[in-house]
Amino acid sequence: MAWWVWAIGLGAAVSQTDNPLLLLVALAVLAYVVTARRTDAPWARGLKYYFALALIVVVLRVIFRSVFGGAIATHDHILFRLPQVPLPHWAADVQLGGQVSLENTVSAAADGMRLAVLLCCIGAANALANPRRALRVLPGALYELGVAVVVCMSVAPQLVESIGRVRRARRLRSAGKSGLRSLRAIAIPVVEDAFERSLRLAAAMDSRGYGRRGEVSARTRAVTTGFLLAGMAGLCAGAYGLLDRSTPALLGMPTMLAGGALCCVGLGLGGRRITTTRYRPDPWLAPEWLVAGCGLLAAGVLIGASATGVTDLAPSFSPLAWPSLPPVPTVAIVLAALPALVAPPPPVEQRPMRTGTTPARLSARATGVAA
Amino acid sequence: MIEFDHVSVTYPDAAAPVLRDVSLRIDEGELCLVVGATGVGKSTLLGAVNGLVPHFTGGHLAGEVRVAGLRTSEHPPRDLAHLVGVVGQDPLSGFVTDVVEDELAYTMEQLGIAPDVMRKRVEETLDLLGLAELRRRALHDLSGGQQQRVAIGAALTGHPKVLVLDEPTSALDPAAAEDVLAAITRIVHDLGVTVLLAEHRLERVVQYADRVIHLPGDGTAVCGDPAEIFESTSIAPPVVELGRLLGWSPLPMSIRDARRKAGPARDRLADLVPVPRVAAAPAGNVLSARDVVVRYGDTTAVRGIDLDLDGGTITALMGRNGSGKSSLLWAAHGAGRRQAGTVEAAGGVGLVPQTPADLLYLDTVRAELDTADREAKNDGTSARALLDRIAPGIGDDPHPRDLSEGQRLALVLAIQLRADPQVVLLDEPTRGLDYTAKRALRDVLHDLARRGHAVVVATHDVEFVAATADRVIVLGDGDIVADGPTAEVVVASPAFAPQVAKILAPLEFLTVESVEAALEQAAS
Repeated sequence: MAWWVWAIGLGAAVSQTDNPLLLLVALAVLAYVVTARRTDAPWARGLKYYFALALIVVVLRVIFRSVFGGAIATHDHILFRLPQVPLPHWAADVQLGGQVSLENTVSAAADGMRLAVLLCCIGAANALANPRRALRVLPGALYELGVAVVVCMSVAPQLVESIGRVRRARRLRSAGKSGLRSLRAIAIPVVEDAFERSLRLAAAMDSRGYGRRGEVSARTRAVTTGFLLAGMAGLCAGAYGLLDRSTPALLGMPTMLAGGALCCVGLGLGGRRITTTRYRPDPWLAPEWLVAGCGLLAAGVLIGASATGVTDLAPSFSPLAWPSLPPVPTVAIVLAALPALVAPPPPVEQRPMRTGTTPARLSARATGVAA
Repeated sequence: MIEFDHVSVTYPDAAAPVLRDVSLRIDEGELCLVVGATGVGKSTLLGAVNGLVPHFTGGHLAGEVRVAGLRTSEHPPRDLAHLVGVVGQDPLSGFVTDVVEDELAYTMEQLGIAPDVMRKRVEETLDLLGLAELRRRALHDLSGGQQQRVAIGAALTGHPKVLVLDEPTSALDPAAAEDVLAAITRIVHDLGVTVLLAEHRLERVVQYADRVIHLPGDGTAVCGDPAEIFESTSIAPPVVELGRLLGWSPLPMSIRDARRKAGPARDRLADLVPVPRVAAAPAGNVLSARDVVVRYGDTTAVRGIDLDLDGGTITALMGRNGSGKSSLLWAAHGAGRRQAGTVEAAGGVGLVPQTPADLLYLDTVRAELDTADREAKNDGTSARALLDRIAPGIGDDPHPRDLSEGQRLALVLAIQLRADPQVVLLDEPTRGLDYTAKRALRDVLHDLARRGHAVVVATHDVEFVAATADRVIVLGDGDIVADGPTAEVVVASPAFAPQVAKILAPLEFLTVESVEAALEQAAS
């Protein structure tokens, strides 16, 4: 939980700037903390996929900006020209192709990088915290969503295992076909297997009381859902408004706050119908405060800085200038690396030596459903 | 405690109802065993108890199921969670959390039980099922028996009045199955929980049953005292079959009962020798493996094993879960990994994996068979002909996934036999098969042996081994622990001895059929 607050804080901080140097510092902080404090668990190795995704985001952003063009100032450096597609007059604001300037490309890259680092923040939280534990603090009203998430998370690692098993089994059938057919030969048993497993897990969760609710009327339920949907829409619109500074100010903070409030009401209403308890709730002690605090501090400092107009947060791309590192925000982001040192190292799982046991890949269990 | 009142269940697109007008009553504290062949509706019956059928599976349920007075039509499974605990066949696919302790607490969290009560119950359950030292272990790292006990514990912590178990010991080796069954009987005796249990391996559980529900296959259900029900069932464990053969009444349910009755029979059989199976003439060595080593990371699964197989023989590979059986088979086939050693096979090796369905990916049986014909590089018997020889009556059109467990096994076996391998390896083929299907499989393997194939079967099923194999190899910790003719190896170890051997010891009869043959021979 603390890691999630930390990551969200850092994410909020990052969203305030598109200074590439500052973003790189944040990225380094994320990578350092994750490598220092992640566990052995399967989900802890996901960060590299987020990095890959982040890279794709940057590249896409640059490509889009090149294709759809942008306003070219007279003193811009033109890199190359793309063939321009003439558009009807009602689409005069949109430009397809045309000149591509260095300034536009760099600003697109910086913009993409901001989104990319945001993604990495989420990835880091995922790598650091057991997603199932994170799910435990999921408000009661989102239970239906919870089933889907738990099933996905349990089936995903098993999917990898069953791909290995089916590929091994494929080798038993003499012909070593390649290409589309062999893909089909692997995909079909794996998908069927995953499907059956998901169904069985969902059935098991159901029979163990997941999603039990007290007596609620259909009306309360509808009201709850309504509040949640409206709130979510508000949150999304607000987030968009906050990130994209070209939208009217009304779409930013106010919408976000309104959405958040609606969500809280919905969750509160929905939570009342759920009666669950926690076995050994995760403690919230000094290290947790510290971890969460570091993230929030970074967010606070950067939001404050952007409000007071520290210029280096949004460096000039036109004319192009080498950005400088603003001292205070930099220190705040570097401080966010502190959890790597102060957070308790992940507990080493007790795993007594078992001799003569085959590893998990061999103990693949029967998949047939009993009659 | 559980009442079925004129219950019929029909699944969509099914021609006939799975259950037809079933009425029965199970009282509090009983251990009730559900028996029947594959596909007669055992799982449907069990699922109906907590409302998974039809709330989760779909289909139409007519009539009424009541658990402790609550109708399942009005309460979905989650609202019955405090009354009914459910344990599936594959515990791993039902686990919601990562760690033993959390898994035990999960049901209670959902029921909203106070934290201090939860702590107490988790500790109690850990002790009751002997899981205390595993409490912080990851569920994926546990052995099959341990996982099954955790699943039972997780169902128990909510203090249900009814525990429903669907084939809890099917995937387990004999020792692990004993552990799980001991846990179940302890629950019945100490906690007074009503247990409803379905199991193919009747020999393991029949002695504990207070009551038996028999599903003959036409949708009806007969409920009654074990000794009475087993008078006429189509499937029965060896102890019951021996009792029927020798005309004991009431029928014995446990080895102990049977041994007490078996005195006269032992005298009668004392001078007779078991009639040996008509074995094929050994066709010489067809596979020879030397010094095979298989390692996964730090664990060594197979430690330098030598293996020689003769054509015309059936070899059973036994040993607890994780003793290296699968690794050895895969290494002998050549598709699995092998860090050291050599394998020389004269005429090709075919392997049927533990999950036969992994090999099937086409829409119809015919497509699978045609592909097998194309894949084979020779002009041998067509796959269709092989399938008809192994399991007659499987049409061209069904989807392979819709076949029964036994039919699917036959299909994969036919596909693997198409390349005409001299050596046929089967990894756990008996899992999920009922007695009839096992008997059919046994005949198929005998037929293969007569045709000169060398057959190796890795299995936990001692009764199947006793009736099928000529030679038994027991693996332990990656080494060969015992290797010899079936009668010698199997009788020497209490864990591996079949029921008939235990009843008639010191005589060397292994199966009811061998007793029957000997008696017939003596009479003629």
